Amino acid sequence: MTDHPPVLRLEGIVKTFPGVRALDGVSFGVLPGEVHALMGENGAGKSTLMKVLGGVYQPDEGQIIVNEARVQMSSPLDAKAKGIVFIHQELSLAEELSVAENIYLGELPRKSFGRVDWEKLYSQTNEILERLRVGFNAKTRVGTLSIANQQMVEIARALTHDAKAVIFDEPTASLTDAEKVVLFDVIAGLKSDGVGIIYISHRMEEIFKITDRISVLRDGSYRGTLITRDSNEDEVTQLMIGRSLDLSRQAVHHDLGSVALEVRGLTCGNLFRDISFGVRRGEVVGFYGLVGAGRTEIAETLFGLRNPSAGVILLDGQPTTISSPADAIAKGISLVPEDRKGQGLVLGMNCKDNLTLPQVGDLTAGPFVAQGAEVAIFDQYRDRLDIRTPGWKQLVGNLSGGNQQKIVIGKWLSMHPNILIVDEPTRGIDVGSKSEIHNLIRDLAAQGYAVIVISSEMPEVLHVSDRIIAMYGGRIMRTFTSDEVTEDNLIQAISGIKSDAAA
Amino acid sequence: MQNGTLSTFLKRGAIWGFIALELVFFSLAGELLSVSGKGFLDLDNMLLLFKQSAPIGIIAIGMTVIMINGNIDLSVGATFALSAIVLLDSLTWPIFAGLGDWVIPVSWLLALLTGVVLGAVNGLIVWKTGVDAFIVTLGSMLGYRGLVFMYNGEQPTSHLNWTLVDFAEAQTLGIHTATWFLLGVAAVVWFVMQKTVHGRNAYAIGNNRQAAVNAGIRVGPHMMLNFMLIGFLAALSAVVFYSESGSVNPNDGQLYELWVITAVVLGGTKLTGGSGSVIATLGGVLAIQLLRKGLGYIGANTETVNLVIGIILIAVLFLDRQLNIKGKEALKI
Repeated sequence: MTDHPPVLRLEGIVKTFPGVRALDGVSFGVLPGEVHALMGENGAGKSTLMKVLGGVYQPDEGQIIVNEARVQMSSPLDAKAKGIVFIHQELSLAEELSVAENIYLGELPRKSFGRVDWEKLYSQTNEILERLRVGFNAKTRVGTLSIANQQMVEIARALTHDAKAVIFDEPTASLTDAEKVVLFDVIAGLKSDGVGIIYISHRMEEIFKITDRISVLRDGSYRGTLITRDSNEDEVTQLMIGRSLDLSRQAVHHDLGSVALEVRGLTCGNLFRDISFGVRRGEVVGFYGLVGAGRTEIAETLFGLRNPSAGVILLDGQPTTISSPADAIAKGISLVPEDRKGQGLVLGMNCKDNLTLPQVGDLTAGPFVAQGAEVAIFDQYRDRLDIRTPGWKQLVGNLSGGNQQKIVIGKWLSMHPNILIVDEPTRGIDVGSKSEIHNLIRDLAAQGYAVIVISSEMPEVLHVSDRIIAMYGGRIMRTFTSDEVTEDNLIQAISGIKSDAAA
Repeated sequence: MQNGTLSTFLKRGAIWGFIALELVFFSLAGELLSVSGKGFLDLDNMLLLFKQSAPIGIIAIGMTVIMINGNIDLSVGATFALSAIVLLDSLTWPIFAGLGDWVIPVSWLLALLTGVVLGAVNGLIVWKTGVDAFIVTLGSMLGYRGLVFMYNGEQPTSHLNWTLVDFAEAQTLGIHTATWFLLGVAAVVWFVMQKTVHGRNAYAIGNNRQAAVNAGIRVGPHMMLNFMLIGFLAALSAVVFYSESGSVNPNDGQLYELWVITAVVLGGTKLTGGSGSVIATLGGVLAIQLLRKGLGYIGANTETVNLVIGIILIAVLFLDRQLNIKGKEALKI
């Protein structure tokens, strides 16, 4: 650490959206040569803050100070020009082009008549690559590189500009352990060059390994900064979740039925490994973990979208295989997918057609679709789920997120499943509709469905689940009953920390 | 909540408005240029126009279904030619010599079967290999055309059966046989797409394939069925046309795929799938035929006709894009 002034400082940043104060006076600074962790739960305001910093949003109040000069970030390009560089979780590279072309995309060195100065391009690139000590050169095609090396290309791109601060957003999400070591080396290198680094991650062990200080956000406001070597995981966790938070968990007081679904040792390549659990009728089992922990992939396997490489699936105690979604549906399994618009709904069709999509083949009169029967089913589920739409002819794309989700849920309830898997039930849904969806999930369990809820929002899993399965890196870390779970032990379990009580 | 009623109307009605515009334009231009002979809107002239629209039109109905489903078929021209050869050649096969005129339905059946089989081959490859339909049918377009040339070399295949010619040239209730086929096909396919499960699922697959799979819809069989349908319709188009003309050149049907796609796109069906209408395709077919005939009527040559159609196609798609931009928040691509 140095006595130099911060390379980047945020002061009193306020950003409000209609009805939400997303950032409430956030201030913190990054020193040159410092790795500064930014932590907080999903929805704590980290991404909003980064968007303000990156020029995507303009703050309502507060200022951004780069090298002691107050600046305004008018666009992502502007932020880059001012030396603020983002390494996003999703990479944006042209896979068919070489490393050098990617690094200098849009600013290729030129000779006369607009010709590319290839020599200069390659020599400049190789200089940067040497600094990063990577095992590929300027002419390598980006598509042939591993994800980790592609990330290095992004970092190299950052170095072509005189980067003052580099922001890493969950950089290790898709890296193997060996690749992480390389990444941490590069970060150490940037550090010694005097670059300030903001490191966003949920993974405690990484945070404590590479960062110098940790700043925590909660509910849009700044909760403090800790010196990493003087702090510990508990202290950070406490700061992240606060003590005052009301868990408002719903106790389980209805009788559970027989085990509807059980899996033993389910494995699918590197996506998830040795997964065993069971779900009873009337029970809600929550899956909680970071993005990439393998939760969605388990759901996809149970729904016949992926073939498991090992393990057994038992339905009502009978071993079975699920070969396709059609097969899963026939066996009483339904999936409300994570990406509602991309995977759940046909946006160009109306509400009724979407709701009856899986069963339209059975609703026929002679060769034709029996529209009367369809409308009857739609009306039934519109009333039961309180779907607010002017009528069945309404295009589903015109509905609000909450009502769209009810259409998807109604679609599956009308198929009379035994097992309902709901992946991110309230993503992109406003607060009011969220609790409606939560109550609906509880009601469905009470009616005897076996329900699996996958969520990245801790309050949500805590609220709706009877049991919570914590996942990390494709494995089940621990299963909690609703009595023993706390925000503390849950966050530790999904960050890959083995506690004493770990199963 | 009914957003964009006006733009919906513009989109749906656009092709018919365009046709009306063409009729007015060519009638007036004909008067002004004092073209000799009968007026453009003459009944016989219009009936003939319908008849001439039939070969492209029947295939275009099938292409609409294929494109709604999210695929494309470039092999229709070659399928058309090969079916025509099977039709005309089989009329003269010695084994059918004893049948007299009963050979006609047999030959029709053989030709239609040819189309269905060629379509099924396309469909099966697209389904089982997962290769893009554009590539698969580009390959089969070349392959099927190769079969056409292998059959009879550069020589035309000819046979005139006068019973058949009489049937094809007949006008029932004033309307030509070919036109009846076009209207019949349009009606049946419209019903299939609007009212049956297959039609509903085809729209769903084209609109959001992943959601359709997640709803348990088996995508492959539906696509295969649609390829068989377009193969059948390409063969039907050949059957209707060559029953009358009686002679097929190995180059016949070339570029048909492009004319067909032009008509379908003019009718407002999206290249990306999920949206489109058989009736609007009928409009697209008529609009093109009107344009060809009308420009000829006022004395333009073929090259001009192609240029004008090309310009109009791009103008229509540009208009469609403008109408479909949902607002400022839409991504600028």
